[in-house]
Amino acid sequence: MAFLEIKNLSRSFGGLRAVENVSFNVEKGLIKAVIGPNGAGKTTLFNLVAGALEPHSGDVIFKGRSIYGLPTHRIAWRGISRTYQNIKLFNDMTVLENIMVGRHRKSRAGFLRAMVPLPGTRREERESAEKAAGFASLLGLSDVLDARAGGLDFGRQRAVEFARALASEPELLLLDEPAAGLNIHETLELADLIRKIRDMGITVLLIEHDMSLVMDISDEIAVLSYGVKIAEGPPKDIQKNPEVISVYLGDDNA
Amino acid sequence: MKISSHLPVALLGAIVVLFQVLMSATGTDYLLIQLTMSAYYALVVLGLCLLMGYAGQISMGHAAFFALGGYTAAVLSTNNLTQLFSAGVLEWLVQKGLIILSTDAYGAAAYRAPAWLSLGTAVLITVAVSFAIGIPVLRLKGHYLAMATLGFGTILYRIFLGTRIFGEADGISAVRPCEILPGLFVGGDPSQRVFNYYFAWILLIGALVLLLNLVRSRVGRALRAIHGSEEAAGAMGIDTARYKLNIFVISAVFAALGGYFMTHFNGGIGPSEAGIMKSVRYVAIVAVGGMANLWGCLLMGVVLNFLSLRGYFGSYDDAVFGALLIIIMALAPEGIFRKESISRIKELTRRLSWPFWK
Repeated sequence: MAFLEIKNLSRSFGGLRAVENVSFNVEKGLIKAVIGPNGAGKTTLFNLVAGALEPHSGDVIFKGRSIYGLPTHRIAWRGISRTYQNIKLFNDMTVLENIMVGRHRKSRAGFLRAMVPLPGTRREERESAEKAAGFASLLGLSDVLDARAGGLDFGRQRAVEFARALASEPELLLLDEPAAGLNIHETLELADLIRKIRDMGITVLLIEHDMSLVMDISDEIAVLSYGVKIAEGPPKDIQKNPEVISVYLGDDNA
Repeated sequence: MKISSHLPVALLGAIVVLFQVLMSATGTDYLLIQLTMSAYYALVVLGLCLLMGYAGQISMGHAAFFALGGYTAAVLSTNNLTQLFSAGVLEWLVQKGLIILSTDAYGAAAYRAPAWLSLGTAVLITVAVSFAIGIPVLRLKGHYLAMATLGFGTILYRIFLGTRIFGEADGISAVRPCEILPGLFVGGDPSQRVFNYYFAWILLIGALVLLLNLVRSRVGRALRAIHGSEEAAGAMGIDTARYKLNIFVISAVFAALGGYFMTHFNGGIGPSEAGIMKSVRYVAIVAVGGMANLWGCLLMGVVLNFLSLRGYFGSYDDAVFGALLIIIMALAPEGIFRKESISRIKELTRRLSWPFWK
């Protein structure tokens, strides 16, 4: 039984079949990438796994239990965190507060305990702040803890999003085009970071445009084209796959 | 962090005491009446501030929750329970100690609920109604939500206005005082004026402390996260629907508590308390005080209601609040207690005054 099983996933929008009968597995502890040209259905697939889209048919099984069609917050509680291609931070909150929201699943205080904070609640709050600060320093954000997240530059906002996702101590991390908008230097740093995350024992599933990043860091790659999986395997096989080459470079070059 | 949170509250407490001492000493303690009422209205504003500012939900029906608490107090503590229950049921309730049997001014039997029971009922009814309204309505966003709560407010207003047990257009008067401690009543008796002032303000400051704690907690961060990006909040494991519903219920209960005690203090309540104009007024005050600014909302809740109750706005009372809403939305959508807002208002007054003195 694989860690994450994507089984016969299909989703259409009106007449457009965005994802059609896609299946693949993600093994625990690996970095798996889903690539494909624009409109290949990557984002749809991703949103189906993350619970951001209502499913049509198929199944997504995480650690032996279906998560398909669950609301996003319940998928999160199963141990899955995500980042967004177009960063979604809580702009008016500080960097530390953003990351502390990532600790939501690791803390318990409800409305009553929040309104009347007893020593136990205060301790939990302190621990949340300390852990969050730890993840901030991992991402090099220690000097902007009290800065408003919406006011940071793009690279740092991406770092806050990573820290927030990591703060929830997920077992599976979903990365939606993490290199989008980054320069070459930042992309190299990102590659190191993603490897570091894998070495922390977190399984990573990413969708990505940037081929150099994907070939560099992925343990396995699945290729989508027009909603259909056309290839799957380790990077060096994918690079040689004639169908993948034709999809990316056009038929004339094949 | 400790000092920064406790010092302002202590300062507010000191000011409250100072006002009472000064007013009692100078023979102006009739002002305590309006300050007491302002505190109850400010309680509604605080709850609404939490809902609007921290959870990003607009309610145009909060006056209805205020009235719900008020009418529950009025109906259960005034002697018309014979309209609600048959004689047999009333006998049984009296035997169980749930209803007090006394005689009215004409010597006829009068049934009324003890304070703890009517207060409990007011809270329970409010929780039930706000849950029932909140579950379908909170799926809506922005102005759809505002319209749905507006509809709810309208319905409740017409129910209070058109139902005999609620006194129809006259409302309910001669509501009994509510005994808090032996010899201490929430009511209009002048001998209880100082007690009522302190009771209302302890309630308000208590509510403020609870909410200040809440917004600084895990729950407060979750609410602000929902406000910032509902999608990302969900992806972090926050059950956005449940949080929004809970905050709606809490703010409704705050409004109902304000209405409950206000009705005992005033000795009556009328349908206008449930009216749309009242709801608009609460929203306007939150807008002035700042959507996510509990202190600003408390201050403006007290000051604006005090001015209104003292009659400073004359017959243009509602118009003043309408105008405030327009001005704030145009000039200082974050409330007036913000640096940007103050400079924007200064800039405007400069530009407006320029042609006149040139």
